[in-house]
Amino acid sequence: MTTIPFTEPLGTAGSCAFSVAGTTENAQDIESLAGAAPAGPARIADRVRRSGQVAQVRPADATRPTAQVRVGARPTGLDVRVGGGVGSSPQRPDGRLKVSGEFAFSSDLWADDMLWGATLRSPYPRAKLTGLDLTAAVALPGVYAVLTAQDVPGRRVYGLEHADQPVLAGTEIRYQGEPIAIVAADHPETARRAASLIKADYEVLAPVTDPDAALLPGSDRVHADRPNLLRHVPIRKGDPAATAPVVVTGEYQVGMQDQAFLGPESGLAVPAEDGGVDLYIATQWLHVDQQQVAACLGLPQEKVRLTLAGVGGAFGAREDLSMQVHACLLALRTGRPVKMVYGREESFFGHVHRHPARLRYEHGADRDGRLVYVKASIVLDGGAYASSTGAVVANAATLGIGPYDVPNVVMDAYGLYTNNPPCGAMRGFGAVQACFAYESQMDRLAAAVGLDPVEVRLRNALTTGDRMPTGQLVEGPAPVAELLRLVRERPQAPAGADFPPGGTANTTRGEGVVRGVGYAIGIKNVCFSEGFDDFATARVRLELVGGRPAALVHTAAAEVGQGLVTVQAQIVRTELGVEQVTIAPADTSVGSAGSSSASRQTYMTGGAVRAACLALRARLAARLTALGRAPSTSDNDKKGPFLSAEEWVGALEAGALEETVEWRHRPTHALDPETGQGDAHVQYAFAAHRATVDVDVELGLVKVVEIATAQDVGKAVNPQAVAGQIQGGTAQGLGLALMEEIQVVDGMVRNPSFTDYLLPTIMDMPPMRLDVLELADPHSPYGLRGVGEPPTISSTPAVVAAIRAATGAALTRVPVRPEHIVGA
Amino acid sequence: MMDFLTPVTWADALAVKADRPEAVPVAGGTDVMVELNFHRRRPAALLDLTRVPELAAWGRDGDVLRVGAGVSYTRLIEELGGLLPGLAAASRTVGSPQIRNRGTLGGNLGSASPAGDGHPPLLAAGAVVELASVRGTREVPVADFFTGPKRSVLAPDELIAAVLVAPADGPEQFAKIGTRNAMVIAVSSFALALHPGRRSVGTGIGSAAPTPRRAPEAEEFAAAHLPWDGPGPLDPDLARRFGELVSAAAAPIDDVRGTAAYRRHSLSVLARRTLTWAWEELCE
Amino acid sequence: MSASNLPDAEAGPGPVDVVLTINGRTHVVRIEPRVSLLDCLRDVVDLTGTKKGCNQGACGACTVWIDKRRVLACLTLAIACEGREITTIEGLAENGHLHPMQKAFLSHDAFQCGYCTPGQIMSAVALLAEGHTGDDAEIGEWMSGNLCRCAAYPNIRAAIREVRDGVPHATR
Repeated sequence: MTTIPFTEPLGTAGSCAFSVAGTTENAQDIESLAGAAPAGPARIADRVRRSGQVAQVRPADATRPTAQVRVGARPTGLDVRVGGGVGSSPQRPDGRLKVSGEFAFSSDLWADDMLWGATLRSPYPRAKLTGLDLTAAVALPGVYAVLTAQDVPGRRVYGLEHADQPVLAGTEIRYQGEPIAIVAADHPETARRAASLIKADYEVLAPVTDPDAALLPGSDRVHADRPNLLRHVPIRKGDPAATAPVVVTGEYQVGMQDQAFLGPESGLAVPAEDGGVDLYIATQWLHVDQQQVAACLGLPQEKVRLTLAGVGGAFGAREDLSMQVHACLLALRTGRPVKMVYGREESFFGHVHRHPARLRYEHGADRDGRLVYVKASIVLDGGAYASSTGAVVANAATLGIGPYDVPNVVMDAYGLYTNNPPCGAMRGFGAVQACFAYESQMDRLAAAVGLDPVEVRLRNALTTGDRMPTGQLVEGPAPVAELLRLVRERPQAPAGADFPPGGTANTTRGEGVVRGVGYAIGIKNVCFSEGFDDFATARVRLELVGGRPAALVHTAAAEVGQGLVTVQAQIVRTELGVEQVTIAPADTSVGSAGSSSASRQTYMTGGAVRAACLALRARLAARLTALGRAPSTSDNDKKGPFLSAEEWVGALEAGALEETVEWRHRPTHALDPETGQGDAHVQYAFAAHRATVDVDVELGLVKVVEIATAQDVGKAVNPQAVAGQIQGGTAQGLGLALMEEIQVVDGMVRNPSFTDYLLPTIMDMPPMRLDVLELADPHSPYGLRGVGEPPTISSTPAVVAAIRAATGAALTRVPVRPEHIVGA
Repeated sequence: MMDFLTPVTWADALAVKADRPEAVPVAGGTDVMVELNFHRRRPAALLDLTRVPELAAWGRDGDVLRVGAGVSYTRLIEELGGLLPGLAAASRTVGSPQIRNRGTLGGNLGSASPAGDGHPPLLAAGAVVELASVRGTREVPVADFFTGPKRSVLAPDELIAAVLVAPADGPEQFAKIGTRNAMVIAVSSFALALHPGRRSVGTGIGSAAPTPRRAPEAEEFAAAHLPWDGPGPLDPDLARRFGELVSAAAAPIDDVRGTAAYRRHSLSVLARRTLTWAWEELCE
Repeated sequence: MSASNLPDAEAGPGPVDVVLTINGRTHVVRIEPRVSLLDCLRDVVDLTGTKKGCNQGACGACTVWIDKRRVLACLTLAIACEGREITTIEGLAENGHLHPMQKAFLSHDAFQCGYCTPGQIMSAVALLAEGHTGDDAEIGEWMSGNLCRCAAYPNIRAAIREVRDGVPHATR
């Protein structure tokens, strides 16, 4: 075996010097954490050792030791000493690590003796793979494994809703960038070169790329064994033949947006002595990864153990598998830990995107602007594989007329296969595309009947007691009108701006600059819908540490930056009055928490943690009663300490107490396949935006000057985190409005880079004015309402409406390009 | 022979380049590094120019400024903003502050990208590129330097020594179109220099042709028709015609950043506006 | 794998010893001359606080200082940093005490996922030294090289203002 000098540090201890340094630093991290939690629960230390976070120096003579994985400080458990309970904004428990550079993201993982993985991907969107010659790749020194579809020992396909996506392509290539072969080598450069030495022969075929054409009977099939139509969700409400005196129609398009998290796909797979594998991974849902990975590896689930590594943003892009199965396959084949890290370009091919959409709407109203009917057809391009297209289609259909009370609805939403890049989850999915169209329509209606855009919305605003097009009763607060009034009544943005459109590039001194103001409101479902068995598991353990009560919270919920670890600790502090709370690393040794998506984790994992706490309160009370010491209070709603210090000792000196709760929201139901009727959703969330823009109408450049927003969050469990979600979601909607699009031509991505896929910079992000309502939902924990997605939904149409107000341009497609504004 | 070559004098740098013409010069690294990182290039030798003091210096040489090829954009803004305002304005739009701390004028020229932000103001100012080799030194007008997309007249054994450019003797302007408000590659850009003393006009177009280029007809038109004798408000028709001629001088294409039609359109607007501003400045 | 195994077209210079001063410590690393400072920091010196977001100078996640000036580690050759003073996020705290900018990022919640945060903080501290914190417009222009996909931009501005003004955020 030849060695690569490249990553080997020069030092007296040879390659071990590297590990020693890491070990020392890491040990200090752990000590500093432990120092904050003196004599913390023994099980934490056990966990740390078991998952290898206390790195050990590899013995110099060891050939293939059990790998010692350095996964940094993050999974050692986050200790929460500072901060309060529900309704406060304590510092993030992982915050210090994040500002000091010590937080270990999945791409920072390292194991002694590890190999690096690389992936060969198809350059064509549609082709038959006619030959694969691995000879040169295998022969390259430093290469340990080259695997293809034939080497997948279990199920060869995976998928969130339908297992239709090959782990590695067999003979059919269905999108550009589809993985064909994987390589493990002792250096990333070697792995990359080996992948490039694989000779693949293709019979290139004409790709199916036009969504409308793909639905025609004569179209080529993307998957030979099934039609291109992946899902059709019809909704029928009232009279399908309803007519109205005022009719506005429109056809709209939404481009393909990318989640563009800054930390690309990455993870580390470590083969285990039991024939299984430990995977350290940045994901949104550990257990759904575990299920799919285990099936593809042909292993029982208990032999595929996942631990959450630091997640550098998610936004939906980590719902599907990327390199999970690949890294595990390579690790099991080579018997060595395998790290895979995508670069930015590969990341554009490594995850699903937001569905591009074509949306055709017809709104009928009376002359006062009251809606009589809406007819709509939405076509969502799912690309080559199903991913979560089914749920996206259902969202687009069921939420597709917006937060309005409409007596007659004919809605058809379609999701389909093409040879375009696969599309799936992204923040606000399904609702984002529809909202751009229906809010554009509401502005057209306002113009048609001569009303102010807000007024026409107020006249049709959904409210409590109304029924959705699905027939579902809107229960609990639905403050659509109030949110609209809040953003309307905010003082207008002052004249002028810190920069003109064009930034510092000197394109105008005021020439051509016109201000515009636009409004939009959106609706989103929270949690999983359509009868899905949606649950979260939480384990909370109470024990005495140094004579004082300490809580350990263990869930599999993915902290992706939204602040879930903070919220879990807040809930424990509120429910149990315990100062010392530790959040254990998320992994699959506890039950599923469900996905960090659908704005659901504070609701679901928060609900599970709360339920576990309440169960512990009951057991604490029972222990005290058994000891003949009635607790000072057993009132769950009482604020303040639950037990006195003395009572805590009394209750816990007999031993730790632990409760594991699997918590569910109230059930939802399937949609009728013919009429789309059914109580499909568990909760609705609403947000409104008012965007103020300066547009250089001659150059088509836009500067968003200010955004006012109002959102009902039910209960702001962590007000600072709520504000962060609203700002962040709004910015991603702004990005879709103005600049973010994966440009696909003939199935080929033309701009897989951050120089040409543009994300909003700090100069693109305007000051925001926030109104946060807290109108409790009677069904949810603390009355809270999911927060993360609604801001993304209505900010896009609000920005576009503002540009229209400034320019008069029709602007039926997002992102709006300067060409669209100036007509060039 | 070393593969990472680090001359510390200009003479050594030229000698090394003569000996190893395949060596890739690296100054700020902002272009070369992308090629290395993305595995597009594996040069047998890298020629580090960051330790050659002569390259990082600028000064007056008679009537012209001699700006070393290794002067960073940040320094162009901070130290030369008064003397070369057009170049400084363009430098302010290059990449990000971090890139401006490293990226150099010479590196920008060496890459010869049609979208290089530094090129249009050099064209407008009539700058000359000083190329050097052990064979000697030659001066090439910037307008003749570029031969195609990412191609120039630079010979394999040559290095870019400096840019020779007269300090602004009249108003200079630079304007750039991007589809976000910061850190963006130009969709199109335009630079303008007025020389009231000799009643001439310089132009530079970026991102709208295979190479950065001038708009000679627009220059001649403006030089002939600007009311040099009686400074006063600019005739809007004159400015508009100037814009049209600038636009006509471009040869843009459709790509992911913009359409050819928009590039032409935006150039006409930028040219009209910048001429108007420059004239206003002249009249002040 | 040694360079001799590469096809000629891809053959690059072989590895050499490079002495780097990082956060006040001297490191001797053996690297190929083509290696970026970013890869050297992360994969060789084991300082993973500096992040790789795009590897082409378009995101700012790898912002470090060379001789106190902020640069992008992905666009900097490690070997060209010999004799220079390299500072990374790991070198910002002193004796375990966070830099005021790190504290301000914490108290203002100026991040979510945290991936861009080391780069943001390295830029933000440099901004103070550069004198580019006059108002929000100036902060915006000079922070525009650091993308934050979570868009914690309002809080980043607030954190920088706080350090500029020397008035700590109310402790919670």
